[in-house]
Amino acid sequence: MEPFRRYIPVAVLIVLVVAVQVTTRLTDTSYYLTQLTMTAYYYLVVIGLCALMGYAGQISLGHAGFFAIGGYISAGLTTHNLIGLQDNALVALLHKFSLLVERQDLYGDTLLTVQPWAACIAAVLLAVLIAFILGGPILRLKGHYLAMATLGFGIIIAQIVLATQYFGEADGLSEVPPFRLFGPIEVSGSFGSRVQNYYIAWGLLTVGVVLLLNLINSRVGRALRSIHGSEEAANAMGVNTARYKLYTFVLSAAFAALAGVFLTHYNGSIGPSEAGVMKSVRYVALVAVGGMANLWGALIMGTILNFLSLRGVFGSYDDAVFGLILIVIMLFAPNGILSIKVRGLLARLSSKGEQNPGEQNA
Amino acid sequence: MNRMLELHNVHKYFGGLHAVNDVSFTVSRGAIKAVIGPNGAGKTTLFNLIAGVLEPTAGTILFKEQPIQGWKPHQVAALGMSRTFQNIKLFHGMTALENVMLGRHVRSRAGFLAGMLNLPGTWREERAIRSRALELLELMEIGEFADVEATSLSFGQQRAVEMARALATDPEILLLDEPAAGLNIYETAEVARLISRIRDMGITVLLVEHDMSLVMEISDEIVVLCFGEKIAEDVPETIQRDPEVIKIYLGEDEEVSG
Ligand SMILES: Nc1ncnc2c1ncn2[C@@H]1O[C@H](COP(=O)(O)OP(=O)(O)OP(=O)(O)O)[C@@H](O)[C@H]1O
Ligand SMILES: [Mg+2]
Repeated sequence: MEPFRRYIPVAVLIVLVVAVQVTTRLTDTSYYLTQLTMTAYYYLVVIGLCALMGYAGQISLGHAGFFAIGGYISAGLTTHNLIGLQDNALVALLHKFSLLVERQDLYGDTLLTVQPWAACIAAVLLAVLIAFILGGPILRLKGHYLAMATLGFGIIIAQIVLATQYFGEADGLSEVPPFRLFGPIEVSGSFGSRVQNYYIAWGLLTVGVVLLLNLINSRVGRALRSIHGSEEAANAMGVNTARYKLYTFVLSAAFAALAGVFLTHYNGSIGPSEAGVMKSVRYVALVAVGGMANLWGALIMGTILNFLSLRGVFGSYDDAVFGLILIVIMLFAPNGILSIKVRGLLARLSSKGEQNPGEQNA
Repeated sequence: MNRMLELHNVHKYFGGLHAVNDVSFTVSRGAIKAVIGPNGAGKTTLFNLIAGVLEPTAGTILFKEQPIQGWKPHQVAALGMSRTFQNIKLFHGMTALENVMLGRHVRSRAGFLAGMLNLPGTWREERAIRSRALELLELMEIGEFADVEATSLSFGQQRAVEMARALATDPEILLLDEPAAGLNIYETAEVARLISRIRDMGITVLLVEHDMSLVMEISDEIVVLCFGEKIAEDVPETIQRDPEVIKIYLGEDEEVSG
């Protein structure tokens, strides 16, 4: 039953998700569900990045860029009115294949926009394509150089959305319509569908977690960890390390873009701050807090921190708190908060520099 | 197809340093061939050229009669070459067993999608990988350490894990870079026994080693490198008596321990 043992924590997660919802209902605090829903989407970015950083050993300081590509493309396509372009051959063709929908806006005007499913797929595919093109050359870089290159990518995306009229410049895009998944199930921020959206978000996240858990425990996961362990040896044993790094980069980009799409439809809007470099730093901090190669660690710590942050507990020092967390983690708990043993911490503090190799196991 | 590996006039420059200078030799199938030479002679560089880590500045390398210069290491590995490293390169954070299981990578298939979906077909493959890896750990007599993190094992055990990992790729030729470095005489004798056993499994061995007794005992042929050049190639008995070899290499044997 080896291939199923890994699902026990998943079952616990599902129980907790339900328990939380029931509790908020009983205590009449269901307004918490809004932040929890958003947390789940941000966390989707974090687990993808966890696979990239913790398992394939590659850092990215540009994942807010992929999130933004997902969110902005989906928002742009589902809000920009194509009614004036109805006679354009391409628009007509899209219409014919029912990739466009007609609806009324708040003022009763008719809008012709791209169908959300089509927009979602287009947005994720674009992110995947960009990750492919970008990943080829930059994943040859290592350490600081890779960090700088991905940071550069993040900055470019942030500047593009800020400067492009199509993306609403400093205002971002709003009035993003709900995303009907199937039947009556739709991603939207409307008051009545709060519970439903809480489950959509955590359901999507759970699916993501299961897919990544499977991957990590597979032949490919072993190959990824081997790259982390010794890239030269992995190569010599026949692992096409370049390809594995690229695929993981693309996969994590797809997770980030998908999160962007869903959260944008949930919020009904997206703004340039989502593409900001500080967001990318925050994702990296959350992966680090959880312990890099530890999906569950990142999930637990990530949920707590993100939730507190969204509740505004850190006030205007929000970004500073995440920066501080990153420094503290790197100094005192490179294997994540949950791996700290008090004794190990004291030893580290008293004899700085001396590494305890046993720590690696934790 | 008696020629497993052929080098023809291979050169490697590092900037102005001529690390490998016009080296040619052939390794026949089923043989144990040793490359010896003083520190810095270019032995590891030669291995890196053969294994695809480095690209020769000039010359041809044929593996199973196919030119492989310019290939990536993983492609060379897939064709049936494996190796160990002078400075042990185990995967840290992985157990001895997982290290060896990774060696089965080139001989197994499950990809990203199959892995993510945990398809039943992958379970069978994983079971086969695991049992083969355990078998190899047993062969190296370190089966009891299967679940220990590889990098926390003793030096000798780490070398054994590396060898098991290399064998897990089902190699036709195995490159061993100083397999006895840092080992005591008993462990060295053990390594000699092991290499002979590997040859008996039908695997060709190319070996770099400073321990002369080991080299003389097990090799069929020896290539001597000095400052990147091949200065001799013959059977051990003749190499042992070659005055030039004695002068530049065997005479300073004491210096090269460890
Ligand atoms: N990547 C590199 N870049 C530049 N110079 C290198 C590189 N690798 C090796 N060299 C140089 O090439 C020469 C040959 O080195 P190599 O490691 O091949 O020697 P070796 O015969 O394996 O020595 P040892 O017995 O110490 O292992 C040395 O002078 C070394 O400094
Ligand atoms: Mg060497």
